[in-house]
Amino acid sequence: MTATTLGGHEPPHTHHGMPASASAAGPAPKRIIIAYGFWLFLLSDIVMFSAFFATFAVLGKATAGGPTGAELFDARNVAVETALLLFSSFSCGMMSLAMDARHRGTFYLGAAITFILGLGFLVLEMREFADMVARGATADRSAFLSGFFTLVGCHGAHVAVGLLWLAVMVAQVADKGWRATVLHRLMCFSLFWHALDIIWVALFTIVYLMGAR
Amino acid sequence: MADTTQEHTHGGDTAPGDSREELLSSLKAYVIGLALAIILTATSFWAAGTHVLWQPGVPIGLAVLAVAQMGVHLVFFLHITTGPDNTNNVLALAFGVLIVFLVVAGSLWIMANLSANMMPLEMMDLHHQR
Amino acid sequence: MFGKLSWSAIPINEPIDMIASGLMILAVLGVLAWVTVKGYWPYLWREWLTSVDHKRIGVMYVALALVMLLRGFTDAVMMRLQQAVSVGPDAGYLPPEHYNQIFSAHGTIMIFFMAMPFVIGLMNFAVPLQLGIRDVAFPTLNSVSLWLTASGILLTNMSLVVGEFARTGWLAYPPLSELKYSPGVGVDYYLWALQISGVGTLLSGINLATTILKMRAPGMSYMRMPVFCWTSLASNLLIIAAFPVLTATFAMLLLDRYLGMHFFTADGDGNPMMYVNLIWVWGHPEVYILILPCFGVFSEVVSTFSGKPLFGYRSMVAATMAICILSFIVWLHHFFTMGAGANVNGFFGVMTMIIAVPTGVKVYNWLFTMYGGRVRFHAPILWSVGFMVTFVIGGMTGVLLAVPPADFILHNSLFLIAHFHNVIIGGVVFGVLAGYMYWFPKAFGFTLDEGWGKVSFWCWFVGFYLAFMPLYYLGMLGMTRRLQHYDNPGWQPWLIVAAVGVAFILAGILALIIQLVVSIRTRERRRDRTGDPWQGRTLEWSTPSPPPAWNFAVLPQVEREDAYWHMKRRAREERIAAAEALAYAPIHMPLNSPTGFVTAFFAVVTGFALIWHIWWLVILGLVGALITTLVFAWRDESEFEIAADELARVDRAHHQAYWVGGTP
Repeated sequence: MTATTLGGHEPPHTHHGMPASASAAGPAPKRIIIAYGFWLFLLSDIVMFSAFFATFAVLGKATAGGPTGAELFDARNVAVETALLLFSSFSCGMMSLAMDARHRGTFYLGAAITFILGLGFLVLEMREFADMVARGATADRSAFLSGFFTLVGCHGAHVAVGLLWLAVMVAQVADKGWRATVLHRLMCFSLFWHALDIIWVALFTIVYLMGAR
Repeated sequence: MADTTQEHTHGGDTAPGDSREELLSSLKAYVIGLALAIILTATSFWAAGTHVLWQPGVPIGLAVLAVAQMGVHLVFFLHITTGPDNTNNVLALAFGVLIVFLVVAGSLWIMANLSANMMPLEMMDLHHQR
Repeated sequence: MFGKLSWSAIPINEPIDMIASGLMILAVLGVLAWVTVKGYWPYLWREWLTSVDHKRIGVMYVALALVMLLRGFTDAVMMRLQQAVSVGPDAGYLPPEHYNQIFSAHGTIMIFFMAMPFVIGLMNFAVPLQLGIRDVAFPTLNSVSLWLTASGILLTNMSLVVGEFARTGWLAYPPLSELKYSPGVGVDYYLWALQISGVGTLLSGINLATTILKMRAPGMSYMRMPVFCWTSLASNLLIIAAFPVLTATFAMLLLDRYLGMHFFTADGDGNPMMYVNLIWVWGHPEVYILILPCFGVFSEVVSTFSGKPLFGYRSMVAATMAICILSFIVWLHHFFTMGAGANVNGFFGVMTMIIAVPTGVKVYNWLFTMYGGRVRFHAPILWSVGFMVTFVIGGMTGVLLAVPPADFILHNSLFLIAHFHNVIIGGVVFGVLAGYMYWFPKAFGFTLDEGWGKVSFWCWFVGFYLAFMPLYYLGMLGMTRRLQHYDNPGWQPWLIVAAVGVAFILAGILALIIQLVVSIRTRERRRDRTGDPWQGRTLEWSTPSPPPAWNFAVLPQVEREDAYWHMKRRAREERIAAAEALAYAPIHMPLNSPTGFVTAFFAVVTGFALIWHIWWLVILGLVGALITTLVFAWRDESEFEIAADELARVDRAHHQAYWVGGTP
């Protein structure tokens, strides 16, 4: 703020030797506003998941005589899924670094690896679901299975949306280059993708590892 | 593009997901994070599957490992730190965590209490239920 | 081809339904025809429907809320008339299934489509102006939020004409709301309308919270923010935390109904009580989402019309944030009687009583602000004083209900109905109407008629007491809520009094309409040329009325709370010097965008198709929404520039008219 403003003549004052706070400097730049807004959205999404988690926890033993988690879950499959998602989170980080360095080739490579790993995760999950359905463990069998399919399926749906988003972003980079809006959206995407991995940590622990006991 | 590089430094404010270090050390952060996450995940799966451990303690151990891994993800992948420039991001996160805790713990407490007070099934007239 | 939809969905053989839908369709067609004949479409599309200006969006929210107030109030009149006559052998004029739809629609519409849009509209309008900035954080998203809310409203009102509405009460408890017991489309209308508008509300909450936390005029630290911004911040944080739970809960009920799952069913080991638990995890914060911004309005109004800074600003902020957290640990008091043990009921009962403490702090702050002030009794402060009296009574009956043993007797009785109308009418409705009359001149550039405003207030005030005090008494006599018919003739006189009270409230609403019409007709002589008709204290009054699209040509420099008041206290010469020294630079404003309107169109199509199981149309709607998003993502121009000359011209004209020329 170099212009003299209506209210006064003094420049924004700094205190305690700290850098001028955001409020003293006026509105934050767009990039920070966007990332913060998306951060709030992610927190709201996590709160939504918490409602599904709470329901799953309450209904975890409500199997109505149907199959239980211990009978259905395959720890090896879950471990592979976990690994795929974790490495995709890592490659998403590499993608962000490539973006910061404005290095297109590495960016495309990172995006491709992230996409393939995410898709692999989804395929494994779909196979798991199909296998359970084939064994008669459908979502309408019991409250426990309703909770299971909804909680895990909701995470899977988020991954699917993330893949679609990633594909769109690659197309945007190819079409529009590193313009500010594209960079902002990529930043939000990487927050989204890392947050999905965090939810998966809670999910494999509570649903698969504790639920199978 | 000049404006986006300027945007990085504003009144000591950081966007969630921002790492302030140079590219090389960010890479190091991702690698450390990945390594820690792998160790923690592997430990979780091992603890859940093994019979070596004292069984009643396992769920608590799993919960601790999961919370630790979430912390690792937050710090090394999402770059959420306790620095003064991150206050707003951390406060929002703390609010979210508080709400998640209240929703989950509150629901479990209430629902457990309700079912403990429920009339046993055999005492109910099931004909009226149908 | 059309799923469950057929000609039988139109309620031909229900005369009341048909008359109501006929009137509604005629009204809508009439408005559309009027707009077409007058040739207003291009203007409407350019300036309003595609607008991303937070002020216009705020005004549209409030307009929606006012229309829905009429709709919800019609339901209230029908219920009061029914209960005034349907005693003993007389069955009244509403059959039970219709009566059930009416009380369900009344609650749903009043909370979700009247109160919510009203407070969100006021926040949208006033918060950026008070913060001294040019728009909210995400202007286009703001428009999307508005239109998603409108979609929910449209779907709810469509149920009047095509199909039916829920008969399950405003929160649709299972197992009654499960497919087995409610096989019709009523519950589906309810669920999809609220899911769609709920997404809009969530996005709006994120938008406003980001705005307040990250975009304030230079120098406006947290402790210099107007109290309305603080209460808006708390309210929006609650939206972010609570609405996702509502979305998840409704999603699970939808899965039960559409895919045969067993979350809340009586069979398959489902647990209906989990729904009640989750819905109130959202439901209790929701009442604070509504009331907190109204507390903010009262703070602004009381301080402005008393000509004094708000008493205990810091305690007000602390009380607001305390309520923000505490409101998340009281939800069980909505179902004390569901069978929890004494420890659980005791905990939530005590927490409920504790939350009354910060609210009490606020009431004392308002009283002490008025004390020793030179109070100017304009309409907004009448609403505020009426609120203080009424809300304290409502609050005390609330504390009474927070005592679990008392709740066991009064639960689901008319006492409860009287209590929550006491706090929602006395708090939220009085609050939004105070805000409406307070900020109207800022939005439109002329003041509302004082006389009719006061008539409206007194009618509402008297009407409220006549309509609801008898319900407290009836509740203690044992009359339960939602009765279409009753056998005790002793109750009838009280219900007739309540119906008379509703007549007074009707007069209050008519006075509101007359006030608006009269004020528009005489607007030329009630122009606000100063931008500051009430001798305001906060930054919105430093702009012209109505403010230009960019609000502030140069962002104001804030040095303390009540920023504008202290700017006005400066010597005239100093102000002239400051105004002349302003350096105008070109600014960028967001371009208008049809994204919100188009998104809403596809949301309505998708929602309608889901309600009637028309699967191909669901896919079409979703693809349309995706394409809309992509088109938006691919646009190249998102902002336009406003030249410094233009800013200087408008700004100097305003300064000439008031800041420098006149004597504030």
